[in-house]
Amino acid sequence: MLSRILAGALAAASLTIATAAGAQTLEKIHQRGTLVVGVKADYKPFGFRDPSGNIVGFEPDLAKDVADTLGVKLQLEPVVASNRMQFLQQGKIDLMIATMNDTEERRKVVGIVQPDYYASGITVLTAKNSGLKSWNDLKGKSVCAIQGAWYNKVVGEKYGANVIAFKGTAEAQTALLQNNCVGWVYDNTAFPGILSDTATWGNYATPLPVIEEEPWGLAVPLPELDKEYGRFMSGMIYHWHVSGKIIELEKKWGMPASPWAAKMHDAFKGT
Amino acid sequence: MQAFWNWFRWLYQTTGINLPIFYDAYDRQRFAGGILTTLELSAACLVLSVVIGVVGAWLQGSRLRLTKLVIQGYIQFFRNTPPLVQLYFFYFALGSYITMRLPNGTTVPLVSNVSWAIICLSFYAGSFNVEIFRAGIEAVPRTTIEAAEALGYSRLKAYIYIVLPLAFRISLPALNNNLVNLVKTTTLAYAIAVPELLYVSAQIWSDEVNVPEMMNVLLVLYVALVGILVYGMAKWERALRVPGYGV
Repeated sequence: MLSRILAGALAAASLTIATAAGAQTLEKIHQRGTLVVGVKADYKPFGFRDPSGNIVGFEPDLAKDVADTLGVKLQLEPVVASNRMQFLQQGKIDLMIATMNDTEERRKVVGIVQPDYYASGITVLTAKNSGLKSWNDLKGKSVCAIQGAWYNKVVGEKYGANVIAFKGTAEAQTALLQNNCVGWVYDNTAFPGILSDTATWGNYATPLPVIEEEPWGLAVPLPELDKEYGRFMSGMIYHWHVSGKIIELEKKWGMPASPWAAKMHDAFKGT
Repeated sequence: MQAFWNWFRWLYQTTGINLPIFYDAYDRQRFAGGILTTLELSAACLVLSVVIGVVGAWLQGSRLRLTKLVIQGYIQFFRNTPPLVQLYFFYFALGSYITMRLPNGTTVPLVSNVSWAIICLSFYAGSFNVEIFRAGIEAVPRTTIEAAEALGYSRLKAYIYIVLPLAFRISLPALNNNLVNLVKTTTLAYAIAVPELLYVSAQIWSDEVNVPEMMNVLLVLYVALVGILVYGMAKWERALRVPGYGV
Protein backbone atom coordinates (compact mmCIF):
# COMPACT_ATOMS: atom_id res chain seq x y z
CA MET A 1 0.00 0.00 0.00
CA LEU A 2 2.72 2.44 1.06
CA SER A 3 4.72 1.65 -2.07
CA ARG A 4 1.66 2.36 -4.16
CA ILE A 5 1.20 5.74 -2.50
CA LEU A 6 4.89 6.50 -3.00
CA ALA A 7 4.77 5.45 -6.63
CA GLY A 8 1.73 7.67 -7.12
CA ALA A 9 3.46 10.60 -5.45
CA LEU A 10 6.58 10.05 -7.57
CA ALA A 11 4.54 9.85 -10.74
CA ALA A 12 2.79 13.10 -9.83
CA ALA A 13 6.13 14.73 -9.03
CA SER A 14 7.60 13.54 -12.31
CA LEU A 15 4.72 15.06 -14.22
CA THR A 16 5.27 18.49 -12.69
CA ILE A 17 9.07 18.34 -13.15
CA ALA A 18 8.79 17.22 -16.75
CA THR A 19 6.24 19.85 -17.70
CA ALA A 20 8.21 22.54 -15.93
CA ALA A 21 11.34 21.56 -17.84
CA GLY A 22 9.49 21.54 -21.15
CA ALA A 23 8.68 18.13 -22.52
CA GLN A 24 10.55 18.40 -25.82
CA THR A 25 13.48 16.11 -25.10
CA LEU A 26 14.19 15.42 -28.78
CA GLU A 27 14.51 19.16 -29.45
CA LYS A 28 16.82 19.51 -26.46
CA ILE A 29 19.00 16.66 -27.71
CA HIS A 30 19.36 18.22 -31.16
CA GLN A 31 20.06 21.68 -29.73
CA ARG A 32 22.94 20.51 -27.57
CA GLY A 33 24.06 17.92 -30.11
CA THR A 34 24.44 15.23 -27.45
CA LEU A 35 22.28 12.35 -26.28
CA VAL A 36 22.75 11.57 -22.59
CA VAL A 37 21.99 7.93 -21.78
CA GLY A 38 21.93 6.37 -18.32
CA VAL A 39 23.55 2.93 -18.38
CA LYS A 40 24.97 0.51 -15.84
CA ALA A 41 28.73 0.69 -15.30
CA ASP A 42 29.02 -2.26 -12.94
CA TYR A 43 27.16 -5.07 -14.64
CA LYS A 44 29.32 -7.00 -17.06
CA PRO A 45 28.66 -7.47 -19.99
CA PHE A 46 25.64 -5.12 -20.09
CA GLY A 47 27.54 -2.04 -19.04
CA PHE A 48 31.00 -1.96 -17.50
CA ARG A 49 34.26 -0.04 -17.62
CA ASP A 50 37.04 -1.20 -19.94
CA PRO A 51 40.68 -0.95 -18.73
CA SER A 52 40.89 2.66 -19.95
CA GLY A 53 37.83 3.64 -17.89
CA ASN A 54 35.28 4.01 -20.72
CA ILE A 55 31.84 2.52 -20.23
CA VAL A 56 31.31 -0.24 -22.77
CA GLY A 57 28.99 -3.21 -23.21
CA PHE A 58 25.71 -4.41 -24.63
CA GLU A 59 23.62 -1.44 -23.53
CA PRO A 60 26.19 1.28 -24.41
CA ASP A 61 26.19 -0.23 -27.91
CA LEU A 62 22.41 0.15 -28.11
CA ALA A 63 22.75 3.74 -26.85
CA LYS A 64 25.35 4.40 -29.55
CA ASP A 65 22.91 3.17 -32.17
CA VAL A 66 20.28 5.64 -30.94
CA ALA A 67 22.79 8.53 -31.03
CA ASP A 68 23.97 7.55 -34.53
CA THR A 69 20.40 7.41 -35.78
CA LEU A 70 19.71 10.89 -34.37
CA GLY A 71 23.04 12.12 -35.73
CA VAL A 72 24.25 13.43 -32.37
CA LYS A 73 27.14 12.65 -30.05
CA LEU A 74 26.69 10.13 -27.22
CA GLN A 75 27.33 10.79 -23.56
CA LEU A 76 27.02 7.86 -21.14
CA GLU A 77 26.02 8.49 -17.55
CA PRO A 78 26.54 5.65 -15.06
CA VAL A 79 23.39 4.86 -13.06
CA VAL A 80 22.46 2.27 -10.43
CA ALA A 81 19.12 0.61 -9.70
CA SER A 82 18.28 3.01 -6.88
CA ASN A 83 18.74 6.25 -8.87
CA ARG A 84 18.07 5.37 -12.52
CA MET A 85 14.39 6.37 -12.53
CA GLN A 86 15.04 9.57 -10.56
CA PHE A 87 17.80 10.63 -13.00
CA LEU A 88 15.35 10.29 -15.86
CA GLN A 89 12.64 12.22 -14.02
CA GLN A 90 15.03 15.04 -13.14
CA GLY A 91 16.21 15.32 -16.73
CA LYS A 92 19.82 14.36 -15.87
CA ILE A 93 19.56 11.72 -18.60
CA ASP A 94 17.47 11.70 -21.78
CA LEU A 95 17.16 7.96 -22.03
CA MET A 96 17.62 5.04 -19.66
CA ILE A 97 18.87 1.66 -20.82
CA ALA A 98 19.91 0.10 -17.53
CA THR A 99 18.94 -3.59 -17.15
CA MET A 100 15.55 -2.62 -15.75
CA ASN A 101 12.69 -5.12 -15.51
CA ASP A 102 9.47 -3.88 -17.07
CA THR A 103 6.95 -3.84 -14.20
CA GLU A 104 3.49 -2.43 -13.62
CA GLU A 105 4.75 -0.22 -10.75
CA ARG A 106 7.60 1.27 -12.78
CA ARG A 107 5.34 2.06 -15.70
CA LYS A 108 3.63 4.59 -13.42
CA VAL A 109 6.92 6.41 -12.84
CA VAL A 110 8.84 6.37 -16.11
CA GLY A 111 7.83 5.90 -19.73
CA ILE A 112 8.76 2.30 -20.48
CA VAL A 113 8.84 2.04 -24.27
CA GLN A 114 7.22 -0.96 -25.96
CA PRO A 115 8.30 -3.45 -27.17
CA ASP A 116 10.77 -4.55 -24.47
CA TYR A 117 14.33 -4.83 -25.76
CA TYR A 118 15.67 -7.76 -23.77
CA ALA A 119 14.73 -10.29 -21.09
CA SER A 120 16.50 -12.07 -18.29
CA GLY A 121 15.61 -15.33 -16.65
CA ILE A 122 17.28 -17.83 -14.40
CA THR A 123 19.72 -20.62 -15.06
CA VAL A 124 22.15 -22.76 -13.08
CA LEU A 125 25.90 -22.48 -12.84
CA THR A 126 27.36 -25.94 -12.33
CA ALA A 127 30.56 -27.92 -12.77
CA LYS A 128 31.08 -29.14 -16.33
CA ASN A 129 31.14 -32.76 -15.11
CA SER A 130 28.00 -32.45 -12.95
CA GLY A 131 25.86 -34.28 -15.53
CA LEU A 132 22.98 -31.80 -15.24
CA LYS A 133 21.05 -31.69 -18.51
CA SER A 134 17.55 -30.51 -17.67
CA TRP A 135 15.87 -28.69 -14.81
CA ASN A 136 14.25 -31.97 -13.75
CA ASP A 137 17.72 -33.37 -13.00
CA LEU A 138 17.76 -31.05 -9.97
CA LYS A 139 15.14 -33.12 -8.16
CA GLY A 140 16.34 -33.95 -4.65
CA LYS A 141 19.69 -32.24 -5.19
CA SER A 142 21.01 -29.28 -3.22
CA VAL A 143 21.08 -26.04 -5.18
CA CYS A 144 22.68 -22.86 -3.88
CA ALA A 145 20.71 -19.62 -4.20
CA ILE A 146 20.35 -16.13 -2.79
CA GLN A 147 18.05 -15.57 0.19
CA GLY A 148 14.77 -13.93 -0.71
CA ALA A 149 15.06 -14.39 -4.48
CA TRP A 150 11.63 -14.79 -6.05
CA TYR A 151 12.63 -17.85 -8.07
CA ASN A 152 13.71 -19.96 -5.06
CA LYS A 153 10.13 -21.12 -4.68
CA VAL A 154 9.90 -22.06 -8.39
CA VAL A 155 13.07 -24.13 -8.19
CA GLY A 156 11.92 -25.83 -5.00
CA GLU A 157 8.26 -26.33 -5.83
CA LYS A 158 8.36 -27.05 -9.57
CA TYR A 159 11.65 -28.90 -9.89
CA GLY A 160 11.90 -30.44 -6.41
CA ALA A 161 15.39 -29.08 -5.71
CA ASN A 162 16.59 -28.60 -2.15
CA VAL A 163 17.33 -24.87 -2.18
CA ILE A 164 20.06 -23.71 0.19
CA ALA A 165 20.01 -19.95 0.08
CA PHE A 166 22.75 -17.63 1.32
CA LYS A 167 22.83 -13.93 2.17
CA GLY A 168 24.94 -12.78 -0.75
CA THR A 169 26.51 -13.89 -4.02
CA ALA A 170 29.96 -14.32 -2.47
CA GLU A 171 28.67 -16.91 0.02
CA ALA A 172 26.68 -18.75 -2.65
CA GLN A 173 29.71 -18.85 -4.95
CA THR A 174 31.95 -20.14 -2.16
CA ALA A 175 29.41 -22.80 -1.23
CA LEU A 176 29.28 -23.93 -4.87
CA LEU A 177 33.07 -23.99 -5.21
CA GLN A 178 33.24 -26.10 -2.02
CA ASN A 179 30.60 -28.46 -3.45
CA ASN A 180 28.01 -27.78 -0.79
CA CYS A 181 25.55 -27.80 -3.70
CA VAL A 182 25.54 -29.07 -7.30
CA GLY A 183 24.76 -25.69 -8.79
CA TRP A 184 23.94 -22.06 -8.16
CA VAL A 185 20.65 -20.74 -9.48
CA TYR A 186 20.81 -17.05 -10.35
CA ASP A 187 20.02 -14.40 -12.92
CA ASN A 188 21.26 -15.73 -16.29
CA THR A 189 22.56 -12.33 -17.34
CA ALA A 190 25.06 -12.27 -14.47
CA PHE A 191 26.82 -15.50 -15.40
CA PRO A 192 28.87 -14.37 -18.46
CA GLY A 193 30.62 -11.79 -16.27
CA ILE A 194 31.30 -14.36 -13.57
CA LEU A 195 32.48 -17.02 -16.04
CA SER A 196 34.92 -14.56 -17.62
CA ASP A 197 37.06 -15.18 -14.53
CA THR A 198 38.39 -18.45 -15.93
CA ALA A 199 40.96 -18.95 -13.17
CA THR A 200 38.13 -19.68 -10.72
CA TRP A 201 35.27 -20.75 -12.97
CA GLY A 202 37.11 -22.51 -15.82
CA ASN A 203 35.46 -25.84 -15.01
CA TYR A 204 31.96 -24.42 -14.70
CA ALA A 205 29.20 -23.83 -17.24
CA THR A 206 25.49 -23.03 -17.53
CA PRO A 207 24.07 -26.07 -19.37
CA LEU A 208 20.40 -25.60 -18.44
CA PRO A 209 18.03 -23.55 -20.60
CA VAL A 210 17.04 -20.11 -19.32
CA ILE A 211 13.58 -20.20 -17.73
CA GLU A 212 11.13 -17.75 -16.11
CA GLU A 213 12.17 -14.91 -18.40
CA GLU A 214 11.11 -11.37 -17.44
CA PRO A 215 11.34 -8.62 -20.05
CA TRP A 216 13.55 -5.53 -19.73
CA GLY A 217 12.33 -2.11 -20.76
CA LEU A 218 14.21 1.06 -21.70
CA ALA A 219 12.60 4.29 -20.59
CA VAL A 220 11.98 7.87 -21.68
CA PRO A 221 10.36 10.60 -19.52
CA LEU A 222 6.78 9.50 -18.81
CA PRO A 223 4.97 12.49 -20.44
CA GLU A 224 6.77 11.79 -23.71
CA LEU A 225 5.96 8.10 -23.95
CA ASP A 226 3.21 8.61 -26.51
CA LYS A 227 4.78 11.66 -28.16
CA GLU A 228 7.35 11.90 -30.91
CA TYR A 229 10.26 10.83 -28.71
CA GLY A 230 8.59 7.75 -27.23
CA ARG A 231 7.37 6.57 -30.61
CA PHE A 232 10.77 7.13 -32.17
CA MET A 233 12.33 4.90 -29.46
CA SER A 234 9.60 2.33 -30.03
CA GLY A 235 10.70 2.21 -33.66
CA MET A 236 14.36 1.86 -32.63
CA ILE A 237 13.61 -1.18 -30.47
CA TYR A 238 11.41 -2.69 -33.16
CA HIS A 239 14.25 -2.25 -35.62
CA TRP A 240 16.74 -3.92 -33.22
CA HIS A 241 14.49 -6.97 -33.07
CA VAL A 242 13.77 -7.10 -36.81
CA SER A 243 17.36 -6.57 -37.92
CA GLY A 244 18.74 -9.06 -35.39
CA LYS A 245 20.90 -6.39 -33.72
CA ILE A 246 20.08 -7.71 -30.24
CA ILE A 247 21.23 -11.20 -31.20
CA GLU A 248 24.32 -9.81 -32.92
CA LEU A 249 25.28 -7.83 -29.80
CA GLU A 250 24.71 -10.90 -27.61
CA LYS A 251 27.35 -12.68 -29.72
CA LYS A 252 29.67 -9.68 -29.66
CA TRP A 253 29.70 -9.60 -25.86
CA GLY A 254 29.95 -13.37 -25.45
CA MET A 255 26.53 -13.78 -23.86
CA PRO A 256 24.59 -17.07 -24.13
CA ALA A 257 21.78 -16.79 -26.68
CA SER A 258 18.59 -15.69 -24.94
CA PRO A 259 15.56 -17.70 -26.14
CA TRP A 260 13.45 -14.56 -25.62
CA ALA A 261 15.55 -12.45 -28.03
CA ALA A 262 15.38 -15.22 -30.65
CA LYS A 263 11.60 -15.43 -30.23
CA MET A 264 11.22 -11.67 -30.67
CA HIS A 265 13.39 -11.74 -33.81
CA ASP A 266 11.30 -14.56 -35.29
CA ALA A 267 8.02 -12.88 -34.38
CA PHE A 268 8.92 -9.51 -35.89
CA LYS A 269 10.97 -10.38 -38.95
CA GLY A 270 7.93 -11.70 -40.83
CA THR A 271 5.95 -8.48 -40.36
CA MET B 1 -8.78 -30.17 7.91
CA GLN B 2 -9.01 -28.60 4.45
CA ALA B 3 -11.84 -26.40 5.72
CA PHE B 4 -9.52 -25.15 8.46
CA TRP B 5 -6.76 -24.30 5.96
CA ASN B 6 -9.30 -22.63 3.64
CA TRP B 7 -10.46 -20.42 6.46
CA PHE B 8 -7.08 -18.65 6.25
CA ARG B 9 -7.56 -18.09 2.52
CA TRP B 10 -10.93 -16.54 3.35
CA LEU B 11 -9.20 -14.44 6.06
CA TYR B 12 -6.73 -13.15 3.44
CA GLN B 13 -9.45 -12.35 0.93
CA THR B 14 -11.68 -10.53 3.42
CA THR B 15 -9.20 -8.82 5.75
CA GLY B 16 -5.90 -8.80 3.85
CA ILE B 17 -4.15 -10.73 6.63
CA ASN B 18 -2.00 -13.03 4.51
CA LEU B 19 -0.90 -16.28 6.18
CA PRO B 20 0.09 -18.60 3.32
CA ILE B 21 1.77 -20.87 5.90
CA PHE B 22 -1.75 -22.21 6.49
CA TYR B 23 -3.55 -22.16 3.13
CA ASP B 24 -0.65 -22.78 0.69
CA ALA B 25 0.48 -26.42 0.78
CA TYR B 26 4.08 -25.65 -0.24
CA ASP B 27 4.51 -22.81 2.26
CA ARG B 28 2.85 -24.90 4.97
CA GLN B 29 5.26 -27.73 4.36
CA ARG B 30 8.39 -25.59 4.40
CA PHE B 31 7.22 -23.64 7.47
CA ALA B 32 6.56 -26.90 9.33
CA GLY B 33 10.03 -28.01 8.23
CA GLY B 34 11.42 -24.77 9.67
CA ILE B 35 9.75 -25.35 13.05
CA LEU B 36 11.07 -28.91 13.11
CA THR B 37 14.61 -27.81 12.23
CA THR B 38 14.56 -25.16 14.96
CA LEU B 39 13.33 -27.75 17.49
CA GLU B 40 15.99 -30.26 16.45
CA LEU B 41 18.72 -27.65 16.44
CA SER B 42 17.65 -26.32 19.86
CA ALA B 43 17.32 -29.78 21.44
CA ALA B 44 20.67 -31.01 20.12
CA CYS B 45 22.48 -27.82 21.16
CA LEU B 46 20.85 -27.76 24.62
CA VAL B 47 21.94 -31.31 25.45
CA LEU B 48 25.42 -31.03 23.93
CA SER B 49 26.17 -27.64 25.50
CA VAL B 50 25.21 -28.91 28.99
CA VAL B 51 27.41 -32.00 28.50
CA ILE B 52 30.27 -29.76 27.36
CA GLY B 53 29.68 -27.54 30.42
CA VAL B 54 29.75 -30.46 32.88
CA VAL B 55 32.83 -32.11 31.37
CA GLY B 56 34.59 -28.77 30.86
CA ALA B 57 34.03 -27.70 34.45
CA TRP B 58 35.47 -30.99 35.69
CA LEU B 59 38.53 -30.70 33.45
CA GLN B 60 38.98 -27.12 34.61
CA GLY B 61 39.51 -28.39 38.13
CA SER B 62 42.22 -30.79 36.92
CA ARG B 63 45.65 -30.74 38.53
CA LEU B 64 47.32 -30.91 35.10
CA ARG B 65 48.41 -27.50 33.84
CA LEU B 66 47.99 -28.50 30.19
CA THR B 67 44.34 -29.59 30.61
CA LYS B 68 43.53 -26.34 32.37
CA LEU B 69 45.25 -24.40 29.61
CA VAL B 70 43.32 -26.19 26.85
CA ILE B 71 39.98 -25.57 28.59
CA GLN B 72 40.88 -21.93 29.20
CA GLY B 73 41.83 -21.56 25.53
CA TYR B 74 38.56 -23.13 24.44
CA ILE B 75 36.52 -20.81 26.64
CA GLN B 76 38.36 -17.72 25.47
CA PHE B 77 38.02 -18.66 21.79
CA PHE B 78 34.31 -19.43 21.84
CA ARG B 79 33.22 -16.84 24.38
CA ASN B 80 35.13 -13.93 22.88
CA THR B 81 34.07 -14.29 19.25
CA PRO B 82 30.63 -13.55 17.81
CA PRO B 83 28.65 -16.73 17.09
CA LEU B 84 27.85 -15.50 13.57
CA VAL B 85 31.56 -15.19 12.79
CA GLN B 86 32.09 -18.68 14.22
CA LEU B 87 29.40 -20.14 11.96
CA TYR B 88 30.99 -18.56 8.88
CA PHE B 89 34.42 -19.71 10.03
CA PHE B 90 33.35 -23.31 10.57
CA TYR B 91 31.23 -23.64 7.45
CA PHE B 92 33.32 -21.78 4.89
CA ALA B 93 36.88 -21.89 6.30
CA LEU B 94 37.17 -25.13 8.27
CA GLY B 95 34.52 -26.93 6.20
CA SER B 96 36.61 -26.54 3.05
CA TYR B 97 39.36 -28.72 4.59
CA ILE B 98 37.14 -31.45 6.02
CA THR B 99 36.12 -33.10 2.76
CA MET B 100 35.64 -36.51 1.21
CA ARG B 101 36.73 -37.53 -2.29
CA LEU B 102 34.01 -39.16 -4.40
CA PRO B 103 34.79 -41.92 -6.91
CA ASN B 104 34.37 -39.42 -9.79
CA GLY B 105 37.12 -37.23 -8.38
CA THR B 106 35.11 -34.38 -6.88
CA THR B 107 35.57 -33.52 -3.24
CA VAL B 108 32.45 -32.91 -1.21
CA PRO B 109 32.19 -31.51 2.32
CA LEU B 110 31.91 -34.17 5.01
CA VAL B 111 30.01 -32.06 7.53
CA SER B 112 26.66 -30.57 6.53
CA ASN B 113 25.53 -27.04 7.38
CA VAL B 114 23.09 -28.34 10.00
CA SER B 115 25.88 -30.35 11.68
CA TRP B 116 28.18 -27.32 11.67
CA ALA B 117 25.42 -25.24 13.25
CA ILE B 118 24.94 -27.84 16.00
CA ILE B 119 28.70 -28.13 16.63
CA CYS B 120 29.30 -24.40 16.60
CA LEU B 121 26.33 -23.32 18.72
CA SER B 122 26.89 -26.16 21.23
CA PHE B 123 30.51 -25.17 21.75
CA TYR B 124 29.52 -21.51 21.91
CA ALA B 125 26.90 -22.04 24.62
CA GLY B 126 29.11 -24.74 26.18
CA SER B 127 31.89 -22.22 26.84
CA PHE B 128 29.47 -20.16 28.92
CA ASN B 129 28.15 -23.30 30.61
CA VAL B 130 31.67 -24.26 31.77
CA GLU B 131 31.93 -20.95 33.61
CA ILE B 132 28.39 -21.28 34.96
CA PHE B 133 29.18 -24.73 36.39
CA ARG B 134 32.50 -23.49 37.75
CA ALA B 135 30.60 -20.88 39.73
CA GLY B 136 28.36 -23.65 41.05
CA ILE B 137 31.29 -25.89 41.92
CA GLU B 138 33.09 -23.10 43.76
CA ALA B 139 29.97 -22.51 45.82
CA VAL B 140 30.09 -26.08 47.17
CA PRO B 141 31.68 -25.81 50.63
CA ARG B 142 35.29 -26.98 50.80
CA THR B 143 34.36 -28.97 53.91
CA THR B 144 31.84 -31.06 51.95
CA ILE B 145 34.56 -32.07 49.46
CA GLU B 146 36.98 -32.82 52.31
CA ALA B 147 34.34 -35.03 53.90
CA ALA B 148 33.96 -36.90 50.61
CA GLU B 149 37.74 -37.34 50.36
CA ALA B 150 37.83 -38.60 53.95
CA LEU B 151 35.26 -41.23 52.96
CA GLY B 152 37.62 -42.42 50.21
CA TYR B 153 36.01 -40.81 47.14
CA SER B 154 38.33 -40.28 44.17
CA ARG B 155 38.31 -36.84 42.46
CA LEU B 156 36.03 -38.10 39.66
CA LYS B 157 33.64 -39.96 41.98
CA ALA B 158 33.43 -37.00 44.35
CA TYR B 159 32.66 -34.78 41.33
CA ILE B 160 29.90 -37.06 40.06
CA TYR B 161 28.23 -37.97 43.35
CA ILE B 162 28.88 -35.04 45.67
CA VAL B 163 30.04 -31.85 43.93
CA LEU B 164 28.05 -31.93 40.70
CA PRO B 165 24.59 -32.60 42.21
CA LEU B 166 25.04 -29.67 44.58
CA ALA B 167 26.75 -27.42 42.03
CA PHE B 168 24.07 -28.17 39.44
CA ARG B 169 21.35 -26.88 41.75
CA ILE B 170 23.27 -23.68 42.36
CA SER B 171 24.00 -23.26 38.66
CA LEU B 172 20.45 -23.77 37.42
CA PRO B 173 19.24 -20.12 37.35
CA ALA B 174 22.31 -18.99 35.39
CA LEU B 175 22.13 -22.07 33.17
CA ASN B 176 18.50 -21.27 32.52
CA ASN B 177 19.50 -17.84 31.19
CA ASN B 178 22.16 -19.23 28.93
CA LEU B 179 19.92 -21.93 27.47
CA VAL B 180 17.19 -19.40 26.70
CA ASN B 181 19.84 -17.38 24.89
CA LEU B 182 20.95 -20.48 23.03
CA VAL B 183 17.47 -21.17 21.66
CA LYS B 184 17.33 -17.61 20.37
CA THR B 185 20.85 -17.85 18.93
CA THR B 186 19.79 -20.76 16.69
CA THR B 187 18.30 -18.11 14.36
CA LEU B 188 21.88 -17.20 13.37
CA ALA B 189 22.16 -20.52 11.56
CA TYR B 190 20.20 -18.92 8.71
CA ALA B 191 23.54 -17.39 7.63
CA ILE B 192 24.81 -20.80 6.55
CA ALA B 193 21.46 -21.69 4.97
CA VAL B 194 20.15 -23.94 7.74
CA PRO B 195 16.41 -23.98 7.01
CA GLU B 196 15.27 -23.01 10.51
CA LEU B 197 12.33 -20.76 11.43
CA LEU B 198 13.83 -17.38 10.55
CA TYR B 199 15.25 -18.69 7.25
CA VAL B 200 11.97 -20.12 6.00
CA SER B 201 10.03 -17.11 7.26
CA ALA B 202 12.35 -14.73 5.39
CA GLN B 203 11.89 -16.73 2.21
CA ILE B 204 8.11 -16.79 2.64
CA TRP B 205 7.86 -13.05 3.26
CA SER B 206 10.05 -12.41 0.22
CA ASP B 207 7.71 -14.48 -1.92
CA GLU B 208 4.42 -13.24 -0.49
CA VAL B 209 5.40 -9.75 0.71
CA ASN B 210 3.65 -10.41 4.04
CA VAL B 211 6.42 -9.18 6.34
CA PRO B 212 4.19 -7.92 9.22
CA GLU B 213 2.23 -11.20 9.38
CA MET B 214 5.36 -13.38 9.36
CA MET B 215 7.07 -11.14 11.97
CA ASN B 216 4.10 -11.64 14.28
CA VAL B 217 4.07 -15.39 13.68
CA LEU B 218 7.81 -15.55 14.45
CA LEU B 219 7.39 -13.53 17.63
CA VAL B 220 4.55 -15.71 18.91
CA LEU B 221 6.42 -18.92 18.07
CA TYR B 222 9.64 -17.87 19.82
CA VAL B 223 7.75 -16.65 22.89
CA ALA B 224 6.03 -20.07 22.99
CA LEU B 225 9.24 -22.02 22.36
CA VAL B 226 11.25 -20.19 25.02
CA GLY B 227 8.21 -20.28 27.32
CA ILE B 228 8.13 -24.08 27.16
CA LEU B 229 11.85 -24.24 27.93
CA VAL B 230 11.59 -21.83 30.87
CA TYR B 231 8.59 -23.72 32.24
CA GLY B 232 10.46 -27.02 32.02
CA MET B 233 13.57 -25.59 33.63
CA ALA B 234 11.53 -24.04 36.47
CA LYS B 235 9.85 -27.40 37.14
CA TRP B 236 13.23 -29.11 37.12
CA GLU B 237 14.63 -26.52 39.52
CA ARG B 238 11.77 -27.13 41.96
CA ALA B 239 12.13 -30.92 41.62
CA LEU B 240 15.85 -30.72 42.43
CA ARG B 241 15.43 -28.44 45.43
CA VAL B 242 17.08 -29.78 48.56
CA PRO B 243 14.99 -28.60 51.54
CA GLY B 244 17.09 -26.51 53.87
CA TYR B 245 20.01 -26.23 51.43
CA GLY B 246 20.70 -22.59 50.58
CA VAL B 247 18.94 -22.21 47.26
